Parts: sequence; structure tokens; C-alpha cells
Amino acid sequence: MKRLSSITELETFRESIIKNYDQKKLVVNICGGTGCLALGCSDVIKAFTEEIANNKLEEKVDIRVSGCPGFCERGTILTIEPQNIFYQRVKRKDVAEVVTKTLVEGQVIDRLLYADPATGKRIVREAEVPFYTKQKRLLLAHSSQIDPESIEDYLRFGGYAALAKVINGMKPEQVIDEVKASGLRGRGGGGFPTGRKWETTRHAEGEIKYVICNCDEGDPGAFMDRSLMEGNPHSVLEGMVIGAYAIGSHEGYIYIRNEYPLAVKNAATAIKVAEEHGLLGNNILGSGFDFRIKISRGGGAFVCGESTALMASLEGKVGEPRAKYIHTSEKGLWDKPSNLNNVETWANIPLIINNGAKWFAGIGTVGSKGTKIFSLVGKVRNTGLVEVPMGITLGEIIFNIGGGIPGNKKFKAVQTGGPSGGFIPEKLLDLQVDFDELTRVGSMMGSGAMIVMDENNCMVDMAKYFINFLLGESCGKCLPCREGLKQMHHILTRITDGKGTLADTELLESLARTMLDTSLCGLGYSAPNPVLTSLRYFRDEWLAHVNEKRCPAKVCKALITYNITEKCPNCGLCVKACPEKAITPQGKKKPVLLDQKKCIKCGSCYDVCKLDAVLVK
Amino acid sequence: MKVSQRQLKAKIKSILNRNNNDRGMLVSILQDTQAEFGYLSRDVITEISISLDVPLSQVYGVATFFKAFSLVPRGRHQIQVCLGTACHVRGAEKILDTVERELKIKPGESDPDLNFSLETVNCVGACALGPIVIVDGKYSGEMKIEAVKPLLDGCK
Repeated sequence: MKRLSSITELETFRESIIKNYDQKKLVVNICGGTGCLALGCSDVIKAFTEEIANNKLEEKVDIRVSGCPGFCERGTILTIEPQNIFYQRVKRKDVAEVVTKTLVEGQVIDRLLYADPATGKRIVREAEVPFYTKQKRLLLAHSSQIDPESIEDYLRFGGYAALAKVINGMKPEQVIDEVKASGLRGRGGGGFPTGRKWETTRHAEGEIKYVICNCDEGDPGAFMDRSLMEGNPHSVLEGMVIGAYAIGSHEGYIYIRNEYPLAVKNAATAIKVAEEHGLLGNNILGSGFDFRIKISRGGGAFVCGESTALMASLEGKVGEPRAKYIHTSEKGLWDKPSNLNNVETWANIPLIINNGAKWFAGIGTVGSKGTKIFSLVGKVRNTGLVEVPMGITLGEIIFNIGGGIPGNKKFKAVQTGGPSGGFIPEKLLDLQVDFDELTRVGSMMGSGAMIVMDENNCMVDMAKYFINFLLGESCGKCLPCREGLKQMHHILTRITDGKGTLADTELLESLARTMLDTSLCGLGYSAPNPVLTSLRYFRDEWLAHVNEKRCPAKVCKALITYNITEKCPNCGLCVKACPEKAITPQGKKKPVLLDQKKCIKCGSCYDVCKLDAVLVK
Repeated sequence: MKVSQRQLKAKIKSILNRNNNDRGMLVSILQDTQAEFGYLSRDVITEISISLDVPLSQVYGVATFFKAFSLVPRGRHQIQVCLGTACHVRGAEKILDTVERELKIKPGESDPDLNFSLETVNCVGACALGPIVIVDGKYSGEMKIEAVKPLLDGCK
């Protein structure tokens, strides 16, 4: 394995990879992302290895464990080359059949194909699966065909060509101008113009400058960065090297949250392999430019996604933010100029350099250019990652791509922006996804988590959930956040316990305004957003809780009871399921009896009953 | 597992060397240490403070700030229940309740025989497949209440 010491060598290497890639060879691409891991893909991978060996097909079939292509709801996902056959919901027991029927005999297995929910038609090719075709997949384009541990796969799809272009004759200022002209705004949630941040850092005083990749992705429900870092780490590295070159930095960090062990592993491998190939480290591609990257892990603190808290953590200190009137681009990590960007922001850089700023700016809206990856989760049929152009409407994402709400339930709200964002109701589904539009309605773009809720979710409970989350994650440094969240939580608990009053809702709004004006960092001043939007768009639910002591969605435990109806034929399933032994049979064909005094409202009886005989009041 | 003071010093030295004795890597160092010893004892925290030349209060501060660290011994089996928003919306609280009832402990606790420890996590990034329970690093998605007991039986 030779170290590439010039652009010509890189291109020669790339050409040889492309030339030697047998387009006709059978390859089974299996998704090895964390989502599919949760669905048993390691068993599937193992089974394929065994079956291919048993059938003596090692020479004829390659197995590639790829990154996450994003259609998580259908995991474990397979894509078989060269036919581009797409199999979904593959389990270990299906593998033998895939090997004999598809790999050997060349036939497709119908039950493993994706069926279009509208027509029922089975779709054979990955390129035709509506979930993918309705997206604009630029960052996720080749995710099912790239092995994150292999640099060859990344090179085969044009990887590191942008780096070569930059190092081959673009001045740092030209690179910055290009990024500015593209209109790229930070994808971590802040939406700050990336080019401008780079420029400020470049012009800041001092020889030593740092480039940082924020992979802390703390927003619950968000996993875009996980997918990129696990599945295509080289795209992030390439972006960082280009950024470092433009800014004049020689040292970089990737801060990955502790809860993403696979991302840590794959990023570390990518760094090692890139260094071996001369694409990172000293004298990159023989240009004389040095840049090294270290990986630092988080310790399980949401606040460390905030840039100053992240940098404190990188210094070995407690992750407490500091005031931002001192810009980190001038005094950041170790008091040196530091440019921090999100994973997805970095991954966009090679695309911009390769295709040009004008191309990038041609996608999206006036204020928000390019594509955005959203994690579409919650009460939606097609859960997973969707990459769409800015400007697409929420309704199109949730219903066209997402397939709408499962179980014929009614859509209630979508939450964007994580704990800093807000709830958006049905009447605003035509809203275009855009930094400024989302902020206008009280929410925000955030990192890209898009959580769908239906009629069975209580909007007061959801507000309480977010406050509870932030209460645990608050660093405690500033009073408005530390005490404000605590008091908000008390009030919300009173309300969901049926002891709240209308005055409590006014108090919440007043607290919210104070926190907004006086908190030290984004965690504090955006914490009220979920509560405020919930109150704004779902006031009738709040009024039911405080005036009638009723939870319309039947979620708040203190305000509901579980009841056995006449439909119950005494099948006994709930008797067995009840952890408190609160249900007793009353005789053949008679409904069972639920002792309300013993009932802890765990919902086990409701979940286990197949005859709709449990009514929640 | 009891280690002698000499062994402790040697293991910590090796961890620090692996991390270039870089005080900026304190969080990573504490993680490697916890992986080695199972938890962060007073002895271990003191040794890191001395060897890395970082004030004890700072090491202690970092060890108590981040959720990943435990200053008390943990069980042989680690059970984590994700309470991220997507999992919450799909009923993660009920899954947690069921896990608590099965194991008879609350998050942050271990059973008296140190067979298992329970903790909650605020999102592991498998959001499309919630609710998620992780047992000893092995993920299980789309958890149902009925599936909890069979999953945990292996740990008891």
C-alpha cells in the first residue's frame, strides 16, 4: 500500500480502483449501521459468510458491510449488485434462501422486496424505491455501497477529488469565497453562514488554529450525524482537510458522543487509513500542507453539543458553556481561534468544491441552500433518514416520503429542532422547511430531528418530557436555566397530576420569557420553545388538563383509568400480563375484573388485549 | 475484582500513555479507566489526578458531570433503556417501568449481588426503531412489553 504523494498518484490510484472493480460481480451490501444492528444485522452478516462458504461461492460473491442508507424502518437492508436488487426486513432465517435463489439462481424473492403501500406493487431495484426516489440524496447517495472501513469505495465514487482540486491550485481565500457563495449554513442547528465563520477564523490573530467537528448529536431523535460518521467518515475527513487548508489550521478534533461507539470506531479507522494513504497527516498529497485529526469522546452530556461547552470538554474540563460575545473563532479551544462545524456541514464541503457554489446555491430556498438530512421518526410509517432539498414542505416529507401515520391514526404535530425546537401543528404542514421559516413559527431547524406525533400523544406530556430532559442535562452554571427548568418541571408535573390551574400556564409563559432573555447559552434560552409552542398551538389540551382535570389523549397517568368492557370474553391474557395481579377472572365468558386500587396504569393489559376490551378513560 | 495499589498504578499509567498524557483527553482517559476497572473509585480518581497533574477537584468534577461515569461499582451486565424523544413517543417509559419491575432496581442502581446495573440513556441514534434496550452493548429495537422479560432473563 503506497502513500500517495501527489495528485497524479491519487488519480492513477483511483483509475486503477475503478478499472479493477468488476461491475458484473455479485456483491451483497448489508447495512451495518446502528439501526440495523438493533434489528439483528450481525446475525445476517454472519449467516451470509457461512452460507457463501457452504456453497463454495467465496470467489463469486463479495460481502460488503455498508453504512446506514437510512431506511431504518425496513432494516436489515440488503442491496445486491450488479442488479441493484433491494431486499428489506431480512432476518437470519432468510439468508440461505437469498443465497440459493437470488445469488445462485438469479431469481428475486418476492416477500423480501419492498411493496409500494399505495399500489401493492413489489419493487425490485433500490433505485426505484419511492422512499429513496422522492428524496434528493447527495450526501447519502452511495451509502449502501460504501464500506466505511475501505477508502477504495470512497475513492471509487469520486472521494478526495475535491481535496485534490483545492490543493492543486486554489488559494485558501478562494476556497472560503466558494463556501461563502454557496450559501451553506451550519447544519448543527445554529444555521450560521459557514463561509463567514471560516473567514473570521482565518483572519483571527495567531498561528495556531483549530478545526473541530461536532459529532455530539445530542438531540434525541436525531441520527443523521451518526449515519454519516459511521457510514461515510471519509466524506467528513475530506471536508475537514479542505476547511483546515482554507483557515490555516494544522490540528483538528472530531468530538464524538460516547453513545456512538461504532462512529468512534469507524472514524478512527478512516483517520488511520487516510493517513496511510497520505490524504491526512504530514505533507498531504505532497503539497507540504500538514493537518492531523484526533478523536475525542463525549461523556454523556447533551450540553456538550454547545460549541463552548464542547471545547471545555476537549480541554479536560467540565462541559460548561461560556458567554458567546467572545467568539470562538477568535478565542476558542485553549483560547486559540477555533472553527467548529457540524458533521453534515463538513460533509457538504466536498460536494460544493466538486460541483461549484452556483450548483449548491441552485438547490433550496433564498435563505437556506442545499439539502438537509432529517431523521423522520415517531408515529410515521417510513421511519429513517430523508435527505431533501431545503424548501420542501413538512407535509411532503411526512406524508409523501414518510408514508403518513400508521394505524390510520390522525396526525397531531411534528416536532423539529430537538429540545430547542417546537411543535408544529397540522394547519402548518404546508410550511417550507427553511431555517427562517421554522424559526418564524416558533420552532427551529435544529440538527434535523423530525418527530411525528399522533392523536395518542399528549402535548402537555410532551412539553413535560422536554423540560424533564433539559433539567437533567442543564450544566447548572446559570440561574435562569438551573432554577427556571426546575420550576417549570414542578408546574408541569402539577398540571399532569391534575392539580394545575390556569394561573400555572401564565406562570410558565412568564418563566419562559425570563429564561429566553437571561440564560447563558442556547440550552437555557431555547428550553422554553417546546412549552411555548405547545401552549400556542394546543391550548385546548392544556385547558382540559387545568380546568377539567382531563387528558384528552389519555396519556397522563393521574388523569386516566383503565377499564375492562363487556367485550372481554375472559381469555386471561391480561390476567397473566398484569404485574400487580390487579385483574381477576370472574368465570367463563364473563369480563375480568380490574381492581382500580391496585392498578398502576402500566398499560400492559391494554397492550396485550387483542379484542379491544380494554378502554382507557 | 480487587487490584493491588501497584497494579492500579501500572494500569493507569498505561491508560495515560495511550492518551499521550494529554490532560485535554481527560474524558477519554476516564472512559478507558472505567472500562478497565468497572467504575471510578476514589483510588483511581486520585491516581489519575496525581499522574496527570490535574487538580483532584477537576477530575472529580468531570467524573460527576458526565452521565457515562459511575463512582460506585456496577453490575456484570449493563442494561440501558433509551428515553430519547422518538423512543418516548413510542412508549419507552412503559418499557422502562417493565424493566424496573423485572430487575427490582431503578436507573442508576445495581442489584445487591452486582449482577446487573440499569441506566437510562438520552438517545443512542437508533431512533427509527424505538423503543431501544441495550444489554451489554447489544441493541434490541422495537421493544415490546412482553419481550422485556425474555431479554433480561439472560442476565439474572
